Amino acid sequence: MSDQTQQDRPKGPIGRFLAAPPDSVGKTVVVAVTLCLVASMVVSAAAVALRPVQAENQLRDKRVNILQVAGVYDETTPVNEAFANFEPHVLDLSTGDFTDQFEIDTFDQLAAKGDPAIVRALDEDPAGLGGQMDAFRMVYLLRDDAGEIDKVILPIEGYGLWSTLYGFIALEENGNDIFGLQFYQHGETPGLGAEVDNPRWKALWNGKKLFTEDGTLAIRVAKTVPPQGQEYYVDALAGATLTSAGVDNLVRFWMGETGYGAFLERLKAGEVD
Amino acid sequence: MAQTYRSQLVDPLIDNNPITLQVLGICSALAVTSSMQVALVMAIAVTLVTGFSSMFISVLRNQIPGSIRIIVQMVIIASLVILVDQVLKAYAYEISKTLSVFVGLIITNCIVMGRAEAFAMKNPPVASFVDGVGNGLGYGLLLMMVSVVRELFGSGSLFGVTVFQTVNNGGWYVPNGLLLLPPSAFFVIGLIIWAFRTWKPEQVEEREYKIQSVEAH
Repeated sequence: MSDQTQQDRPKGPIGRFLAAPPDSVGKTVVVAVTLCLVASMVVSAAAVALRPVQAENQLRDKRVNILQVAGVYDETTPVNEAFANFEPHVLDLSTGDFTDQFEIDTFDQLAAKGDPAIVRALDEDPAGLGGQMDAFRMVYLLRDDAGEIDKVILPIEGYGLWSTLYGFIALEENGNDIFGLQFYQHGETPGLGAEVDNPRWKALWNGKKLFTEDGTLAIRVAKTVPPQGQEYYVDALAGATLTSAGVDNLVRFWMGETGYGAFLERLKAGEVD
Repeated sequence: MAQTYRSQLVDPLIDNNPITLQVLGICSALAVTSSMQVALVMAIAVTLVTGFSSMFISVLRNQIPGSIRIIVQMVIIASLVILVDQVLKAYAYEISKTLSVFVGLIITNCIVMGRAEAFAMKNPPVASFVDGVGNGLGYGLLLMMVSVVRELFGSGSLFGVTVFQTVNNGGWYVPNGLLLLPPSAFFVIGLIIWAFRTWKPEQVEEREYKIQSVEAH
């Protein structure tokens, strides 16, 4: 081995240490501790240094999804500029009213941490949310030129086959017509469940209605669409029965009473402005 | 050194491929080969991690106590993997979303550990780096071969660009759903190993047992 450096006589404490046989107890301990310290410093330095860029990416990704679900995404317009047209509000799900209890800027961080002030327990959990849900959620309003509400973008999530699907649903101002639905994060089977991302399937949601004339929640994702009431049925994904069932559950859950029900009532009555 | 750097780099591609000959790193090869883009990023990530982990381990090889050497190797490899993961999250967010946990799982990739233990602990840093890169490339080459088959016949596209218009998108091609699922990689890798060993019969392993003929009484 040619690389054995000429360590004729080790100099200084470090030199003596390096020349010591690697298998001694003292050396084992020192090597282990030093290595752990160095490795943890490298890792934490990278994590801290890159966090702003990562957070920026995440935020951008979320905003792109909101723009896409509202049908206003345009690759040539900078995301943040286009997003400025959206009006964020923190919604109290139980009353269906906006609340200024929380700061808009810090709300997402609180929600991500599962802050006890935001979360509440669920008795029934059809969407597979792990027995708890947010009692407050950030929703977005898109207004037309006259300042009237044009679309409402609501975050939704629920369990599919393998994973929790996170997405947004965009509703028209009447609180009944669906404009679009899109998931921005999921781990469903590629080619089968992951077809929830297929633009052709997503397009099926456009123009569907949530509620019947008498106000019953009627939207379904189903394999067979009955001849009557097609406006309430979205064709399920072929080969992805459980993912489709998951989407069905989560949409019905969030559009139902426990979810955005109270808010949708107010939206329908024109009380939201 | 008996091996030149060139042979260190080229040998693991075909003659000593970590997947086909040593049959290491199969797990992640199943998971990330359903699309070429993901496979390519994974291949680059593994190549970087094997290269640099081998180099660092080689630098420290005379200081690493034998009793904790595997843990020391793991710490070095794991730190590098976290670095790669963080960088991907910062600069290739879309891809890191698709790769999700698999970047973290590079830590458990046997090729990285295998090269650290078998080569880097006994050889100087530069040779270890080249060896690590070579093996990473060998792994990457196989990932690309598998993912070409899987993406082309499973989704009708290459690198996300449509080659066969699928029925779901109004075309004619009915994709083979099996190829999108991990087990199909077993078939593809098996066929590739078969092809390699037919082409280079010296790769065929010797049988560990022999069926003996018994004389009939």
